[in-house]
Amino acid sequence: MITKRIIPCLDVKNGRVVKGVNFEGLRDVSSPVELAKFYSDNGADELVFYDITASSDGRKIFTDILCETASKVFIPLTVGGGINSVGDFDRVLNCGADKVSVNSGAIKNPDLVYNAAKLYGDQCVVLSVDIKRADGGFRVFAKGGRENTGMEAIEWIKRCVGNGAGEVVVNSMDTDGVKNGFDLELLEKVCEAVSVPVIASGGAGKIEDFITLFKKLPRIDAGLAASVFHFGEIKISDLKKRMLLEGIPARV
Amino acid sequence: MTAIIDYGVGNLFSLKSSLNLVCDDVFVTSDAEKIKRADKIVLPGVGAFGDAAEKLKSSGLFELIKDEAKRGKPLLGICLGMQLLFEKSYEYGEHEGLGLIKGSVKPISEVLDNNYKIPHIGWNSLIFKKESPIFKYIKNGDYVYFVHSFQACDCNESVIATAEYCAELTAAVCRGNVFGCQFHPEKSGSVGLKILKAFAETEAAV
Repeated sequence: MITKRIIPCLDVKNGRVVKGVNFEGLRDVSSPVELAKFYSDNGADELVFYDITASSDGRKIFTDILCETASKVFIPLTVGGGINSVGDFDRVLNCGADKVSVNSGAIKNPDLVYNAAKLYGDQCVVLSVDIKRADGGFRVFAKGGRENTGMEAIEWIKRCVGNGAGEVVVNSMDTDGVKNGFDLELLEKVCEAVSVPVIASGGAGKIEDFITLFKKLPRIDAGLAASVFHFGEIKISDLKKRMLLEGIPARV
Repeated sequence: MTAIIDYGVGNLFSLKSSLNLVCDDVFVTSDAEKIKRADKIVLPGVGAFGDAAEKLKSSGLFELIKDEAKRGKPLLGICLGMQLLFEKSYEYGEHEGLGLIKGSVKPISEVLDNNYKIPHIGWNSLIFKKESPIFKYIKNGDYVYFVHSFQACDCNESVIATAEYCAELTAAVCRGNVFGCQFHPEKSGSVGLKILKAFAETEAAV
C-alpha cells in the first residue's frame, strides 16, 4: 500500500543548515550532509533542501553540499531556492537532485514550469506556493512571502499543474510558525482543484497535527515541516508509529 | 566490473553513487567495448519510452544490450530501463523494446479508479510473487520508492514482485539473467542498496 510521506525541510545558507538545529548524538548539527543522513536513517521519506543564499559563491557551496549529500543519502531529494531558469534545473539535477521546486521563479517567468516539465518530465517539477489570506481570498505571495502578487492561489496552482507541475507544496503563511496545525481549509481547496500529489506545509507543532491532516484530508500525500523535526519536538520514528496505530499507511 | 549505460536519458549521479557502495569498479559509459568487458550491465532511464528506445538505437547500443543479455550477462533495468526490456510499449504510440522479456508496457490508468493519482509516486511495499536472487537480502513487505505512469503487462510468468495501488502493479521482473525494477533502488534507502548488492552478486548464466 502506498504510504503517506513525511518530509523534513532543510534551509541551507553558505553551506550550513539555518534555523537552529538541536540534536543529541549529531556531531555537527548544522552540517546539511550529516543532518540529511540522520533523517534518512530515522525514517524520513524524502528531503527538501532550500538554498537561501543570495551570492554566487554561496550557490557553488550549495551545489557541492548537494553532491556530497546525494552520494551518501539514498532517498528522494528535492531542491528549491533560486530556481529561475531551466539552467538552474540542470545545475541541481546534475548534483543528484531528483525533483526541483519552483516558487518565485515560476511567478517571474510563467513558462518555466512548462519548459522544465517538457525537458525533465512532470515528476521532476514541484510547484511550491506561499499562500496567505488577503483581500477576501487566498493569495499567492512571492519573494519568500514578502510580496503579495494579488494572484488567486487556487487558480495559480491549477494553471501551473496544467503546465506540467507534477506535485504541489502548499505552504500556508497563516499557519506557518504558529504550531497549531496545518491549514486544513486551504489544503482541502487545493486537493479538490488538482489531481497531482499535494504536500502540506506550515503549522505542524505536534504529532497530532499530522494525524489530523491525514485523517481529515485523505487526498493529502505528504506532510512537510522543518523546525519541529530540527528541534526534536517531533521524532519521525514516533510520528510513523503513531500513524500506523491510527491506521494511516506509513513506511517504518 | 559493472557498466551503467549512459545514453543521454536521466541523471546517473545517485545510481553510480549507490552502486559504488555495494560493488567495486562501477563506471558510466556509452562505449561498446567497455560494455562488452563489463560483467554486469545496468540500464537506467527516465522519460518517454519512444525517445529512449530511439536513443539506444541511434547510439548502436540497442543490439549490443540484447546480445550481451543473450550471452548470459546479468542485466538490470531500472524504471524506464525495466520497461525497455519488454517487447513493446504503448506510451504515446507503439514502440519496439528490447524484447528480452515477453510482455508490453501500458498506462496504469487502465487499471486505476478515479481516486488514485497518476503517477504512482511514493513508497510502496513489495509483494513477492516468486523467489529471486535480487531479493536475497530483503523481505516481503519491504518498502521501495516508485515514480511511474506506465507498467509492464501480460508478463505474468516473469513477475517476481508487485505493489498494491488500486490493482497489483508490476514492481519487479526476472527472466534468467535479465532483471528489472519498476521502482528506483538507488532512491529506496537501505532496502534499495540491498537489492543492488544482491544484483552485483548474481552470476552470469551459462
